[in-house]
This record gives sequence, C-alpha cells and structure tokens, in this order.
Amino acid sequence: MSDEVIRMENVQKDYVLDGVRVRALRGVNLCVRKNDFVAIMGPSGSGKSTLMNIIGCLDIPDTGRFWLNGKDVTRMTPDDLAYLRNHDLGFVFQNFNLLPRTSALENVETPLIYSGIKKAQRRARARELLERVGLSDRMDHVPSQLSGGQQQRVALARALVNHPALLLADEPTGNLDTATSQEILHLLSELNQKEDVTIVMITHEPDVAARAKRQLVLRDGVIEE
Amino acid sequence: MNWLAAIQLALKALWRNKMRALLTALGVIIGVAAVIAMVAIGEGAQQRIAKELESMGSQNLSIRSGTVTRGGVRTGAGTTTTLTFADAEALRDVPGIVAVAPSVRTSAQVRYRGANWGTAIEGITPEALTVRNWPLADGEVFTTRDVALATPVCLVGQSVARELFGLSRPVGEMLVFKGIACRVSGVLVAKGATAWGSDQDDIIFAPLTTVQRKLLGITYIHGIEVQTSGRNAAFAVVEEIKKLLRQRHRLREDQEDDFRVYNRAELAQSAETNAKVFSWLLGSIASVSLLVGGIGIMNIMLVSVTERTREIGIRMALGARRRDILWQFLLESLILSAAGGVVGVLAGTGGAELLTKFSDFSVVVTFWSILLAFGASAAVGVFFGLHPARKASRLRPIQALRYE
Repeated sequence: MSDEVIRMENVQKDYVLDGVRVRALRGVNLCVRKNDFVAIMGPSGSGKSTLMNIIGCLDIPDTGRFWLNGKDVTRMTPDDLAYLRNHDLGFVFQNFNLLPRTSALENVETPLIYSGIKKAQRRARARELLERVGLSDRMDHVPSQLSGGQQQRVALARALVNHPALLLADEPTGNLDTATSQEILHLLSELNQKEDVTIVMITHEPDVAARAKRQLVLRDGVIEE
Repeated sequence: MNWLAAIQLALKALWRNKMRALLTALGVIIGVAAVIAMVAIGEGAQQRIAKELESMGSQNLSIRSGTVTRGGVRTGAGTTTTLTFADAEALRDVPGIVAVAPSVRTSAQVRYRGANWGTAIEGITPEALTVRNWPLADGEVFTTRDVALATPVCLVGQSVARELFGLSRPVGEMLVFKGIACRVSGVLVAKGATAWGSDQDDIIFAPLTTVQRKLLGITYIHGIEVQTSGRNAAFAVVEEIKKLLRQRHRLREDQEDDFRVYNRAELAQSAETNAKVFSWLLGSIASVSLLVGGIGIMNIMLVSVTERTREIGIRMALGARRRDILWQFLLESLILSAAGGVVGVLAGTGGAELLTKFSDFSVVVTFWSILLAFGASAAVGVFFGLHPARKASRLRPIQALRYE
C-alpha cells in the first residue's frame, strides 16, 4: 500500500452534457506504483479526459474510492484538492498551458508561490529545473518567444518543481512535431529511469504509448489491460 | 501564498495593462479629487461665515424700540420713545448678560474745512466698542465721563476718515455737524461691509448723551446691544429681557411689546446650518463621481476575469486555492483604487491650493476630508472588486482550463 501512488476502486463519473447524462467512467480500477510509467490509451469519447481530471484532482468521482499517494481524495474539499495539486501532482498539458506574458522562470516558480516558499528559494529551485530540461539560456523568455518543444520543457520543469509524487501528462506530444516529440518522450523516460519520477501519460498514439513501461486501454469508461 | 508574492503578482498583472490600469484609476482619481476639493470649498465657506459671524458678535442680542398702538393706529417699528438708558442699566442684572450698550442713531451732514460728507452718527457708550468687537486704529476712545458730560468728541470710521481727511490724520481735528464742533479723538479699524452690503465704516461714534441732547434733543434711546456669555445664553436671556422690559414699561397683559429683541445667535445658527448643508451638498455631488469611478473598476475587473479565465484555470491546476485567486483579483482592484486615492488626494489638495491662490474662494482642506476620501476610495476598491474576484475564485478548474 505504501508505494501505491494511485489506487482507484470502481470509480464512476457521470456528466450532464446538453441535458443528456453521459457515463464517462463506469467503474475504473487502477493501481499505479511508485516509479511506474503508465500510458493510458483510448479513442476519443472513451473517458480519457474525465479520468485525467480525476487523477489530476481537478474533479472528484461520483462513486468509488480514489487514493492519491495514500490520501483519500474522494471526500476532499476544494482547498484540500488544491493542496494535493500543488504538492503531490505535476501537470503537463497538450497545449502547454503556460502563463502568458510571464517569463519561463516565473512560470516554473508559480507552484512554489502557492506553497508559500520564499522568493530566493523559489528562484533557485526554478533555475535548477530549467537547467535540468536544458533551457538555462531561455529563462527570461516569455512563452511567445519559445518554440513548442521549449514551451513543453518549461511546462515539464514547472510540473517537477515541487517534487510531485506523480507526473500527469495529458497528450504531451499532441501539439509537437515528430522530432520534438521524441525529445520530450526521451526526457520523460529519462526522468522516470534516472530520477524515479512516477508518470501517468494519457495519449491516443500507440507509438507514444510504447515509450511507457505499461500500457492500459480505456474503452467505454472501463480500463482493459 | 504570502502577501509579498500576492502583491507582486497583482502589480505585475496591472503593469501588463498599464493604459487600462491608468484609465481605471483615473475614475477614482477624479472622484477623490472632486470630493476633497468640494469639501474644501464647503469648509472654506463655513469658516468664512463663522469668522464673519464672530466679528458681528454672534452671541449678541439687540433690542430696538418697537411699535405702539394708539387709537387703533400702529405706529411702526422704532417709533416708541419708551426705551431708556435706565432700561439698559437694569439689564445688567440679568444673569447671562455680560455687557450692555445703549445707542441712539441719526444722520447728519458733516463738514471738515472745505470737505463735507453725509453719514450716520451713533451715540454710544465706550462699552459698545467692546460689545461690537471693534477696536481703534488710532487715538483714544472717549470715556464714560465724556458720556456723563455730553462732551463734543467723536470717533470716525475708516470711510468717513477717507472722505473727509484723505491722507491726513483725523485725530485731534475738529468736525462740524448740526452746528456742533466736535473733536475727533480716535479712528476705528476698518470693518468692511456687512453680509448684506452696507458699509459699516461709514459712521461716526459720539457719546450717547452728546447725540441725545445736542443733536436730537431726546431723552430716550433707540436700541440696546446686549452681549451674552455665549450663544446658548443668548437664547436663554431673550425671555428674561422681555419680562424685565415689559415690567419696567408697565405694560398690561393685553398690550403688545413696545420693543423688539433680535437674536443674532439665531441668525448665526441658521447661517451656519446653511453653510453645513452647502458643504454636504458639494461633498455628496462629488461622491457620485467616486461611485462612478468604482463602477469603472468593477467593469474592468469583470472584463479582466473573463479574459484571464484560462490563467485562473492554470493557476488552480498548479495549486492555487480559491482564496488565492480571490485575493489576487481583490488586490488588483484595491491597488488600483488606493493608488487612485493617493493621486486623487494630491490632485484635490493641489487643486484646492490653486483655487485659493487664483480666486476669491477661501478653501480649507481638512484632514478628515482627506481621510474620508481615501477611505472611501479603498472601500470602493473592496466593494466593487469583490464581485469580480469572487466570480474568478468560484470558477471550476476544469472549465477554466478548457476556456478558449
């Protein structure tokens, strides 16, 4: 139990879309252990985004139980969820989601601001991470001055800045060309292997999923191994 | 999230939209400046009126001879001859009365060498100058002994001095009016016009008895100026005076007063109330512009929240709690309004200063008006910033993240 980063038992989630009730998840069971690298695949409409929202603590399940890093998320308040997102999770999005007109350094610092860390420490930690993803010469650039690959590296640095238990990547290469995709995937594998970062990656591309240690398929709201 | 970081964040966000921030703050600046300038004008008017009232003797009462009815004919105010010097002396015993100054008044053509001038001549006792708060600029006041002996001496007002003596010194010179040669013993300081426009300096003061006997040939007096110990006392002694005078004049129950008592304190009070109302009126008109400034803040903050929905979503995904988002936007509107308040205070006081320099307005910027205007602008920031900030903090992270 102690090395389980994710434990989901029979998680269900419904959505009401244009007055129609949609069963997005119909009983998902999932276990991700520390240092795992899991790819979750599935066609569009399979409930990937919903699963991603729940794993990312942006939403809570209707029924079933979900433990993140040993903490029961099922009945958490919005503030508790915010704390989890800040301390236990790192996000990498398909469209990068960097703060606009904000330098790479400040983007990476942002999660630490919400952890209440002092400025000098924030700066140092953010620099360290940007160096790690190979952007030491781009720290003061704003997102619009960076290429897609560089933006995704900034996002990756930001996701890792607070030592998360889980790195959650939602189609991380969806907006990138093949060469840059390979760089990002290589970086993810490296982080997983050399720095023991636990990763859950959601994708619909089989060759991207192949870079993970383990592949799962989500179909019609249920996970198939 | 610590405060320093939150404030830095807010400042950065405002800096990114400098022009917008400036224009939004301008609404508050104008509002605050208007409140301060308007209140300053009102306060200036109040103080000016208070000063005028003080010089007028606002705790004074004046008693004039009144009307009498003879065979159904009412003779009109100032026609009775029943008010006497003895009445005035009797009033001294009424508690609350500090000084009493009986007077008679007439007018005459006054000559000095080749010049002549028609003016009012008032017979008074030396005490009258104290009661009227009217010191001398030159020379000496005649004495009570002069009053007892009906000495031909007089004091001249500044206008009379100017008309008859020009630039030469009046003291010691001899004036002639109604066939009496009268020595000028002193010159009064300038008092200016009354609020209703008559020139108070166009006057000659002579001993009461001199005017009574030598000019008018009467034994009664026209009026008594009474100084009381304060404005409250002025209200209290009116009835006492009436009782005493009716008794002394042996008036029956069914007879009307043969004198009138005018309470200056009453006048003063209504003038002050008017000034206060004026002040409030100006202030409240100006407050409307502050309110409009506040609505401007709310408007811009609402736009800003919508524009930055995605940013809010990202921040929430990175661990911002609702209150972090709330404070981020609230701080932005607070900084806008507080900065607007500071600049507005400066502009308002500066504007008031300019107004005093280049116009007749006496303008007084009070500390409380600054405090009030600044406090109001901060309150406006919180009040009008709260709704947009709450709106931002209530966004659901998933929807905010997906917002295009």
